[in-house]
Amino acid sequence: MVTVVFFVFAILAIASAWGVVTSNNIMHSALYLALSFTGVAVLYVLMNADYLAAVQLLIYTGGIAIMVVFAIMLTLRGDVSDSNPENKVWGWGALVSTLTFIMIAFVILTNADWRILPTPWTGGGSASDISLLLLTKFMIPFEAAAVLLTVALVGAIVLAKGVKVSK
Amino acid sequence: MHDLFQWAWLIPALPFLSFLLIAFVTKRSKGLSSTISILAILTSLGLAIAIALSIIRAGEEIVEHPAIVNVNWLNIFGLNIDFGTIIDPLSGMMLFVVTLVASMVQIYSLGYMHGDKGWSRYYAYQSLFAGSMLGMVLATNLLQLYIFWELVGLCSYLLIGFWYFKVSAREAAKKAFMTTRVGDFGLLLGMIFLYNKFGTLDFAALAAALNTNFANVAVVGTVGYVTVMAFLIFMGPVGKSGQFPLHVWLPDAMEGPTPVSALIHAATMVVAGVYLVARMYFLFDASPAALQFIGGIGAFTAIFAASIAIAQNDIKRILAYSTLSQLGYMMFALGVGSFSGSMFHLMTHAFFKALMFLGAGSVILAVHHKQDIWDMGGLWKKMPITGWTFFIGVMAISGMPPFAGFFSKDEILANALQNGHPIIYAVGLFTAFLTAFYMCRLFFVVFMGPEKSENHTHESPWSMTIPLIILAFFSVVGGWAALPEHNFAFFVHFGEFEHEAINWTLAGISVIAGLLGIGLAYAIYVKKLISAESIVTRFPRVYKVLRNKYYVDELYLWIIHNVMDGFSKVLYWFDIFVVDGIINGIALITRGSAKTLRLTSTGQVQTYAMVFFFAVVVLFMAFAIGEGQLTALNPLATLGGVK
Amino acid sequence: MNLSNLGNLSVGLSTYLLVAAMLFCLGLYGVFAKRNMIAILMSIELMLNAVNINFVAFNRFLWNQKIDVHYVLTGHVSALFVIIVAASEVAVGLALIIAVYRNRKSTNVDEFNWLKW
Repeated sequence: MVTVVFFVFAILAIASAWGVVTSNNIMHSALYLALSFTGVAVLYVLMNADYLAAVQLLIYTGGIAIMVVFAIMLTLRGDVSDSNPENKVWGWGALVSTLTFIMIAFVILTNADWRILPTPWTGGGSASDISLLLLTKFMIPFEAAAVLLTVALVGAIVLAKGVKVSK
Repeated sequence: MHDLFQWAWLIPALPFLSFLLIAFVTKRSKGLSSTISILAILTSLGLAIAIALSIIRAGEEIVEHPAIVNVNWLNIFGLNIDFGTIIDPLSGMMLFVVTLVASMVQIYSLGYMHGDKGWSRYYAYQSLFAGSMLGMVLATNLLQLYIFWELVGLCSYLLIGFWYFKVSAREAAKKAFMTTRVGDFGLLLGMIFLYNKFGTLDFAALAAALNTNFANVAVVGTVGYVTVMAFLIFMGPVGKSGQFPLHVWLPDAMEGPTPVSALIHAATMVVAGVYLVARMYFLFDASPAALQFIGGIGAFTAIFAASIAIAQNDIKRILAYSTLSQLGYMMFALGVGSFSGSMFHLMTHAFFKALMFLGAGSVILAVHHKQDIWDMGGLWKKMPITGWTFFIGVMAISGMPPFAGFFSKDEILANALQNGHPIIYAVGLFTAFLTAFYMCRLFFVVFMGPEKSENHTHESPWSMTIPLIILAFFSVVGGWAALPEHNFAFFVHFGEFEHEAINWTLAGISVIAGLLGIGLAYAIYVKKLISAESIVTRFPRVYKVLRNKYYVDELYLWIIHNVMDGFSKVLYWFDIFVVDGIINGIALITRGSAKTLRLTSTGQVQTYAMVFFFAVVVLFMAFAIGEGQLTALNPLATLGGVK
Repeated sequence: MNLSNLGNLSVGLSTYLLVAAMLFCLGLYGVFAKRNMIAILMSIELMLNAVNINFVAFNRFLWNQKIDVHYVLTGHVSALFVIIVAASEVAVGLALIIAVYRNRKSTNVDEFNWLKW
């Protein structure tokens, strides 16, 4: 059962990602992106990362994908069906990324020393566990992340709003 | 009493402090600057006198065990350098002489430099000069000595070129600096050699190492090594003390203000070299060849410079050559083993040479900055104090009893003969005759003879005459230190001390030589029994050679023009075509490859990223193949890893 | 390759890693090949997602309770931080794109090649 669910959603995530990078309509790309994020969220659930799955859905699917859609709408010009073209060297890009994949797969498949546990840990990444960790061990990075988010928010507003030409 | 010796570092520190004060705080106020400088040097003088008296009171004890204070300054990777002060009779004597002459010169300069624009600068340099020299005297190791040695060189450069708006002063300053640099380079090499062999630069440690290890070939190598070290070290004094091949800077150094000349010639700079040889005497003593060399160079310089002095007309140049000649005396005294004689002569010479230079300055000021002795004359009546003190100086340098020079010169000559150096003795004796002759020639021409009416001369102000009187006093009584039971040599000696009474026969011979010189000068220049012109016309070549200082400057110029320039041209060619060729070639290659490679910069970040990842893959492949990783896949991992 | 183990086919660490690698390389291709800035930004998000999968998978399969008991869920926390940074990045990135678009009337990276000789 787990295996079947895994493959269904893994293939969904990968296929949607394929759609993101090959679609010629950028709006379709954005929607594929949301789908891909959802597939990844299910993979999280399979790995006992319930909280992360929730976060993934909320932030990526719900937040980032929507923001991307807004941005597309704000910048769209001309025909939407040809809004996401490839550049001149896309063939080379395909070659290099394929080679990179072969390299990573090679490493994964030949590595004999993962030190995998005989009985994998099955505990859950529940919100309470993570929050405990965030407020003890990772207190300072957590606060820093909060500051980063605030700064990013302000920065995004300033950038998007544009600077008035002062007289 | 020993507490006092702990404070010896104050002696150089005070002038340094005054230098800093003048340079950074009070340079705008002329009066304040000179006051600070003179107060500092006078305090140093007081301390030096106190230390000298303590040494005399301590007697035997301090002679055997010098008071050494060391502070660790530098300790890195086996290089261990201390900074410290050494108080023994030698340094005590030097401290007294240097502080006395320096303070006299500074007081004298109040009058001589009156109204000069660079007044504060002058006093700053003077303080620095005195401080450096005093620091050098107190040095406990060669490196410390070397530092102050170079500071002394720097100050002489600054002071010789004090009137930098005069081309000749600038040239003379450069000449002094560069000529002494030749010698200093040898000194530096010698220091490195010594450190390499003995692992220390401390005087006491070096002396101990040489004493105990001298027979030990494994440590010292051979005697040849010691000789080489001694020669290299001696190069420094040759430059600084103006010994024969490097003497050329000293006469030109007369371009500085006259009190500066007095300071350089009597108490600092030139005696630094003699002092260094005395400090390192244990090294030279270990090498008979080096001692012989020192004796030869010294004797040659003595007679060489004396013969030049006969034919000079510039009052300061005559004195300069006489300094060279007297330095030769000190050097050959060291060479023939008359350690105390040399130091004694250093002291007395400092007194009477400072006196004569200051006197000459007084005269020059009186005749409105003319320096040719034939433009002067008949100044005796106009300037009685200058005249009388100058007379004492002349008598002292001519070796007339009971003036100071008599005792020191006599001791050197007697030692030369007793230690088996008859040739050097003869040279010394003849030099004594020449010295008496040209000094009296100077004296008679300047102070006797017809009065030159265009000179509206008058006696110098008190600030200039009081130093003259004080120095004249020491020029008379300074030599009497040889008389008592615990005489000068009892304190300042090397090896075993043996009391020597004055050998009156030898002394008589030297006095006769001096009297002959005086008489000859009297006959020629006062009584005109023999016409100077007729001698010149009889020996025109000799006169010309002497007049032109044996053409040494011209010889050096010729060597530099022909040998050095030729060699430089070869090096220039090498530099232009080989070194620059390589550099330009590299530059051309870089430029060419850059021109080609810049085409790869498309400005497309995506392309850059692609190239970057492609390189990652290629590198990975290279390493994986190199490590043999491409052989086997892990079947378990292939099929999902964990069960 | 030994195919007899095929019956034991199960979802393990390397399976997750391979999925992540595929997502990553698809994102890489997008970064290399797309002209639209927003598409590139989306591709970057894909790559970040792949990294997150790796983090969580490593945490799931490799965390050893006996060795580092205090750092349970470290992978999850890392993933969380990645998400936070990604969110900020998208916000700022999109704002930048909009700003660029306002000035140049284009979101086409081909046209921004001032980084050139």
